[in-house]
Amino acid sequence: MTTQSLAEDREIRRITLSHKLNRWDMKVSPYLYVSPFFILFILTGLFPLLYTAYVSVFDWHIIGGQGDFAGSGNFEWVLGQDKFWVALRNSFSIFLISAIPQVILALIIAAILDQNLRAKTFWRMGVLVPYVVAPVAVALIFSNMFGDQYGLVNNALGRIGIDPVGWHSQVLPSHFAIATMVNFRWTGYNALIFLAAMQAVPRDYYEAAMLDGANRIRQFFSITIPSLRPTLIFVIITSTIGGLQIFDEPRMYDTTGAGGASSQWLTITMYIYNLGFGPAGGGQFGRAAAAAWLLFLIIIVVGLINLAATRTIATSGSRSSK
Amino acid sequence: MTATTERPAPHTPSRPPVPAYKTSRRAKRRSKAIATNKPSTLGYVFLVVVILASLFPLYWSFLIGSGDSSTINSQDVDWMPGGNFLSNAAKVVNDPSVNFWKALSNSIIVSTVVSASVVFFSTLAGYAFAKLKFRGSKGLLIFVIATMAVPTQLGIVPLFIAMSQWLGLSGNILAVILPALVSAFGVFWMTQYLSQTLPDELIEAARVDGASMIRTFWHVGVPAARPAAAMLALFIFIATWTNFFWPFIILDSNNPTLPVALSLLQNNFFIDYSIVLAGVLLSTIPLLILFVVAGKQLVSGIMQGAVKG
Repeated sequence: MTTQSLAEDREIRRITLSHKLNRWDMKVSPYLYVSPFFILFILTGLFPLLYTAYVSVFDWHIIGGQGDFAGSGNFEWVLGQDKFWVALRNSFSIFLISAIPQVILALIIAAILDQNLRAKTFWRMGVLVPYVVAPVAVALIFSNMFGDQYGLVNNALGRIGIDPVGWHSQVLPSHFAIATMVNFRWTGYNALIFLAAMQAVPRDYYEAAMLDGANRIRQFFSITIPSLRPTLIFVIITSTIGGLQIFDEPRMYDTTGAGGASSQWLTITMYIYNLGFGPAGGGQFGRAAAAAWLLFLIIIVVGLINLAATRTIATSGSRSSK
Repeated sequence: MTATTERPAPHTPSRPPVPAYKTSRRAKRRSKAIATNKPSTLGYVFLVVVILASLFPLYWSFLIGSGDSSTINSQDVDWMPGGNFLSNAAKVVNDPSVNFWKALSNSIIVSTVVSASVVFFSTLAGYAFAKLKFRGSKGLLIFVIATMAVPTQLGIVPLFIAMSQWLGLSGNILAVILPALVSAFGVFWMTQYLSQTLPDELIEAARVDGASMIRTFWHVGVPAARPAAAMLALFIFIATWTNFFWPFIILDSNNPTLPVALSLLQNNFFIDYSIVLAGVLLSTIPLLILFVVAGKQLVSGIMQGAVKG
């Protein structure tokens, strides 16, 4: 009797010990798994973001380092610069000229890819090819095609009797050329994102609409678009973030990288770069940090406006279809 | 006619009445088209145009890159490539101020290290967020996703101060690697994937069999994460390879990555586009090869990431 109870006792104690270890394992492991990410993320991602706010309220120069407290001085200085406003205008103009056609074109491509195509993978890969070309490379190629004197585009225009366009010298044409680069690289990518969302729309919806006599165009606007709402919001928000901080393409659009003789295509990010790291008048870290914060605030505001707009558009569409 | 068609006598079993909304032949055809969702020829034509437009700039850079400086200035475009691509490419490769081989090896090192690191840390954290219960997990995950909306450029000034003045890494590719070791997008991606594809029962079964947490992660989580890890690796590799802004700030001409080297090329040969565009192709070819090999994965990756977007 006693031996048996002793054995039982030992058994229980062993279970409780491993049980304890196990509970400890369960409790601690999740934190161990996420902690490397958070440690690195805080050091290399979050800290710079917060420290920007600190730098932005000081006179801070690349050589002298931290200077006097400037309060809102850097912000006021940036807002008082004509170049900042020109850059803001350019960023918005390029963003609008690229984002709107891009989303529309991507939706059309996706609608066609959504059909029962032969060699599906081939078409999908085909539209994605530009995505592997670096923006710098894209900029060099298109800068050549949009050459002011001998460029391919002006040559082609000349054939049909149109005078050469100053793709580098004029404001709107330069924005158009840069927007073309952005669209080249991103339209196919966004088309695939839309395609994924389209394939999740139940086919019964289309059959029902067809019985009601809705044609393909009507179905597209009354079923497809409303069903894509979350994806539309996602694409529009990401292209807002990307579009307003565009740098690579305009920076490489000509050999000097200054954004044109009279800042025709200087963007906000180029402006920030020039303040902080540019060859002439660079090293003004306090001001660059202030400009970066202003850009961030602008992106948030525009993002929220876009969010609201997309919601209304997509919702009114879905109501009419129900 | 009407008399013969409207014959059904009350006693004979009649065909069901023809519904008033009987579809016309055109509508029938349309319904069939929708049921099978067959594309029209116009759809194919449109896609061909899109793909030609996607490939044309690359062909154009080959056209210019294989010519010499005189072809670019001629009014009539010769649509056949010239024979100078190799000699132009050799000029790019041998230009001492561009450091092409250094740039290529740097791009390979940076992209490989960064994608390996992102995949590892994202799988670890994504597994925890998707499958393990712990206090504050929801809040932390929302925080991670929220940071994805913050532009990286916002932190560029302090990052420069930290890398060059505190760590003395200016011009060193470590300065490009370190800030990219983890990615909020990667964690989000893995969390999404694992919470959708890995059944809880599998983890419970391993736990009941007495496997420790880390063993369960290794033998159940990692194999399940493999497809998503491959796609994430591709994405990060391409994004790192094509990244310009930060490397351009922190690196110099002695030790560039490929996009930085390309920007130098333009400064050197500001007129001779045949050499610039030969360089563009040279720097793009490695990614094009990768795309041909793994493009299928990339496509399905983009499509998967979007569903929950």
